[in-house]
This record gives sequence, C-alpha cells and structure tokens, in this order.
Amino acid sequence: MAIFTRIWLLFMMRNREFFRDRSALAWNILFPILVIAGFSFMFGHGGQLQYKIGVVGGERALTGNPLYEEFRKSNYVEFVSFESGALAIDRLRHHRVDLVLDPAERKYWTSSTSPRGYIASRLLADGIRRCPVPLEAGSVTGIEISYIEWLFPGILGMNMMFSALFGVGYVVVQYRKNGALKRLSVTPVRPFEFLTAQVLSRMFILMSTTGIVYTGCVLLYGFSCRGSYLALVLLFIAGGFSMVSMGLVVASRSSSEEFANGVLNLISWPMMFTSEVWFSLEGANPVVRWISKVFPLTYMIDGVRMVMNDGAGLLDVSVQLLVLVFMSVFFLTLASFLFVWQKRQ
Amino acid sequence: MIILEVVDLVKHFPGVKAVDGISFAIPSGACFGLLGPNGAGKTTSMEIIEGILFPTSGEVRYRGERRGRGTNSEIGVQLQNTELPQYLTVGETLRTFRSFYGKRADMDWLVASCRLDDILDRDNRKISGGQKQRLLLAMALANDPDLVILDEPTTGLDPQARRHLWEIVRGLKATGKTILLTTHYMEEAEILCDSLAIMDSGKIIAAGSPDDLLRSHCGGIAVQLYGVTDSRALEGLPWDVRTIDGRVEIFTDSLNDCMRALLDRGIDLSSMTVRSWNLEDLFLNLTGRDLRG
Repeated sequence: MAIFTRIWLLFMMRNREFFRDRSALAWNILFPILVIAGFSFMFGHGGQLQYKIGVVGGERALTGNPLYEEFRKSNYVEFVSFESGALAIDRLRHHRVDLVLDPAERKYWTSSTSPRGYIASRLLADGIRRCPVPLEAGSVTGIEISYIEWLFPGILGMNMMFSALFGVGYVVVQYRKNGALKRLSVTPVRPFEFLTAQVLSRMFILMSTTGIVYTGCVLLYGFSCRGSYLALVLLFIAGGFSMVSMGLVVASRSSSEEFANGVLNLISWPMMFTSEVWFSLEGANPVVRWISKVFPLTYMIDGVRMVMNDGAGLLDVSVQLLVLVFMSVFFLTLASFLFVWQKRQ
Repeated sequence: MIILEVVDLVKHFPGVKAVDGISFAIPSGACFGLLGPNGAGKTTSMEIIEGILFPTSGEVRYRGERRGRGTNSEIGVQLQNTELPQYLTVGETLRTFRSFYGKRADMDWLVASCRLDDILDRDNRKISGGQKQRLLLAMALANDPDLVILDEPTTGLDPQARRHLWEIVRGLKATGKTILLTTHYMEEAEILCDSLAIMDSGKIIAAGSPDDLLRSHCGGIAVQLYGVTDSRALEGLPWDVRTIDGRVEIFTDSLNDCMRALLDRGIDLSSMTVRSWNLEDLFLNLTGRDLRG
C-alpha cells in the first residue's frame, strides 16, 4: 500500500510541476494547433502546384509513346512510379496521386470524388485529342482524405514524441543534476516507484494534451475519426508509453543536460523524418525505410492514420499495437536495469 | 546506547583513497560533529552513512544492525545541495515528503519547530536561502527520526539565518534526537556538538569533546597583537608566532613570560588582546592547514 501511496505522491508532484508551468503547458497545446493551421493555410486551398500521375510499371513504360510524351510536356503533371497496379490504385484512393495510368493495359483511373482527378483526366484527354491513343477509363470510389487529414496524425504523434522524450529524459537528468534524485534516494522511495510515477505522470500529461489538441482540431478543422475510437486511444497510449520509456533509457544514467539534449535530438530528429510525420516514404531509399521500422513513432502514426483515415478497427491495427507494447516493455525494462539515482563512483 | 556506529570504513575511488579506515560511535541523544577541510573525505563518509555510496570495506551500523535500505525509513537526512521541486509550495513539498514514510512527524510540530508558518503557501522558488534550509531541515524531520544527519546545514547563510538554524537544532537536541553534523564553521561545532571527529586526508586525526580536544592538543592561550609593523622584533621568541589577517598571534602557555619578553623587545602592548584556543587553532595545530583552505 505504501508503494502506491509513494507512486501517487510522486505522480502528483510531477503533474503539479508541469501544469503550473504555464508556458510549457501552453506550448504543448498551441504548437501542434499552430502547425496544423500553417499547413492548412498552405495546402488547404489547392496549394499543391502539380497534379500527381501514378504510372504502373514506372516511367520506362511511357518511353517512346507519343501520347505520354505529349502529356509529359505539360508543366502541370508529375509522374510517380508504382510497381503494381493495386498499390497505385490504393494511393489513388487515398488521394496521394490524382490519376493512375497503366500504359501496358491501356487504362487509366481517377477517383470519382476528387476534383483534382477530374482536372488531371482533362489534361490527359487534351493529350489524347492531339495524339489519339485508345485508353479505357476506369473509376474508383474512395474516401476523400485531404493532405491535412493525412498530416494530422503525424503532427499529433510528433508532439507526443517531443513531449515524451524531452518531458521525461531531460527532466530526470535535470533532477539528477540538481540533487533532487539524491534527495529522493535517502527516503524510502525506490527507483521502480520513481520511474513508474514518471511514466504515469507523463502519460497523463500526454493523454490530456493530446485529447485537448485532438478535440480542438476536430472542432476547428472538422477532422473526423472514421475507425474505432478504442483502437485510436489504445494506439495513443501504447505509442506514448513506448516513447516515454525510450526517454527514460536516455535519462537512466546521465547527469549532463547537454549530453541528454544531444542524445534526445539524435533520436527525435531521425524519428520525425523517417516516421512519415510530414511526408510519405513512398519510393524512398530502402535503408531509410528500414531505419523507420526501429522507431515507435512509425507504428503509432501508421496505426492512427489507418484508424482515422481508412476507418480501421482494433484488429486491423493489432500488429502496430503489439509492436508498440513490445517496444514499451523492452525500453522500460532496459531503463529500470540501467537507472541509477546518481552517477556511480 | 549507541545509535550509529561506523566501523573501519574505507572508500576507494580510482586513484584516490577518499576514506581510510575511519571508526566512530554516536550515543543516542548526542550531537556529533564531523569536521574537516574540503577533500578530507568528510562528504564521502557522510554519503556512505546516508546510504548514497557503498563503502569499499567496513560498515555502518544503525542500532547495532548493518545499515540497509530499510534504514532510510528511520533516519532523517538534510543534504548539502538539494534543489526543491519547482512550482510546488513549501506546504505541498513538506506534505509530499512526509507522506513517503510510514511513521510521520506531526505536521503542526514540523511547521512550528522549523518556523515555516509564514511561508507554507509560498512557491519554493520564492523563498530565501535561510527559509530553504529550514524547509530542508523540516523534510529531514518528516519521519520523526531518532537520528538526523545534517550535512553543512548553514553553508551560505547569513549570520542571522545561521543563528536561527542553530536555535532549531538546539531545540531538536532538547527533544532527545541524535544529530550527526558536518560543518566548516568552528563556532557552530563548538556551540552545537557534544563530541567531534576531525578528519584529514581520509583519516580521523582527533576525536573527543571540544573541551577535551582543546585541553589535550592546545594548552595555553593565544596573545593577539595589532599594529606590529616590525616583525623582526618578534624573531627568536620561544613560542609559535603566526601572522593572520594583519594581526600577530602568539600561542603560549605562559602569559607572564610572553608579556615580559614582548616588553623587553619594546613592543607596544596597548592593543593586545588575549583569547583561549579554539577549534580553528586546533585544526591548524594538527594539520598545519586552515580548515577552510
């Protein structure tokens, strides 16, 4: 019973520190909303300059074909290569491309719900008019997912990542440096109790701020979750837990804020750029894609996008959830093993 | 009854023997001072007693039992440099630390004895150095411990705040608590401590009550002379002569002989004062170094 009391007290102590630090609290909530606002302004009104044409079989399939050469001359199109038709159609359904061409099958597809797809098909028709080639038109119906809707889970994930890593990693190192951990070490508080309280407190902070940001963005921008809310919440919890535990590993021994800051940056920046926060890694170097699999943020954002954008349920994201749970257990065990109140001498 | 016993404690760091086989015992209800300059091994010894460091060899016994993790529940510790939790009030901090323990001191007693009444609702970031030390002392007393360890509790405080803290510590002594204290201030040690151990280079070089130590190591008195411009006049005196902060101090066991010798040399004694030896002199006598050097 005493253990739970002490964990509760440490949990409350950390919460009070965070919620009374008004500037940090405001920044945690405002930052993602401002990022969304900025991107909404940039991309919300057709800011994307070129129409993306997915080509099945890659651009080599277009070589020598006069229609496509004519089409290519347009300044308004950009070709994206796909190895399979199914993948290209899937990307079309998610509005990652505006039109899909399969030169071998002499077919093209657009999404019936996409105005951009309609314009892209008019550009293609203009090419056909000047250089007649028999092409069969296909149409897919799909859910309209704007770039902002696609970006939203990434921004939430990125905010959680910075809050989890720096909110735990940096703070614990500061505690160690200023002697607060040493003071706790001469009380009955055990490292396990302290670590548990830190994890729970940060999880509470993460879930509170993410909930506020999510609700705010839903109200402001009309985002919606098409899938299971239970799956969404579980993904946020598992993702947040794994990144908090990762922050604890960094904080387990160091008493240098500069060192911790460097290590946290070394982890957070590659994680941000390889976890598809801002852009898809479609067509990226395989090494980069492999690296992205090491980071918990990749699985969390992937799962959240599946739930919010594609309407996935709990079973659909079970792999992402299992990987995140595994990572949480691994990092937390490692942190508990490595943790010291102060640098050993 | 012995409440704390340190037996042949040794602590090695790479290339350094910080503590070199020290032993002492503190009877229940006593105030014991551990004195020594920086680098003497005092802080390392304290951290071993507090359970922060492990000794290379030797042991610490609390109430006859080897010190273990459970001892943390029974003793109170005020560390030398501790930051308080930010954004918490004095009252919240004290209540939090008090609740870590199974056995708890009465909150009203803690507040009253450490004089925190006026600052209970104040943010930790907005309290003075003296108030912070009083809060740290209250945190050390949160479990109503029989043994309180105070590691340089008055360092950095102004004289008034220091005297306030001495009064509180004397109040604790009066309630029968055992106190283990380290300090740089000799006056503090003389006022508060019943017995002392003086450390240098990892060893205890003298131990006993302040009076006994002074009696056994420093017989006689110190004659202080101000305004002596020609130091050659003092050459050849048969006593220890030192120049400290512009004054001359002569350590002698015979005031009459000393005065006679000074008058014979034509030295003006109108500014002369006489004082007894103090712990500062004792330390200088034992080690040849200033305690705060």
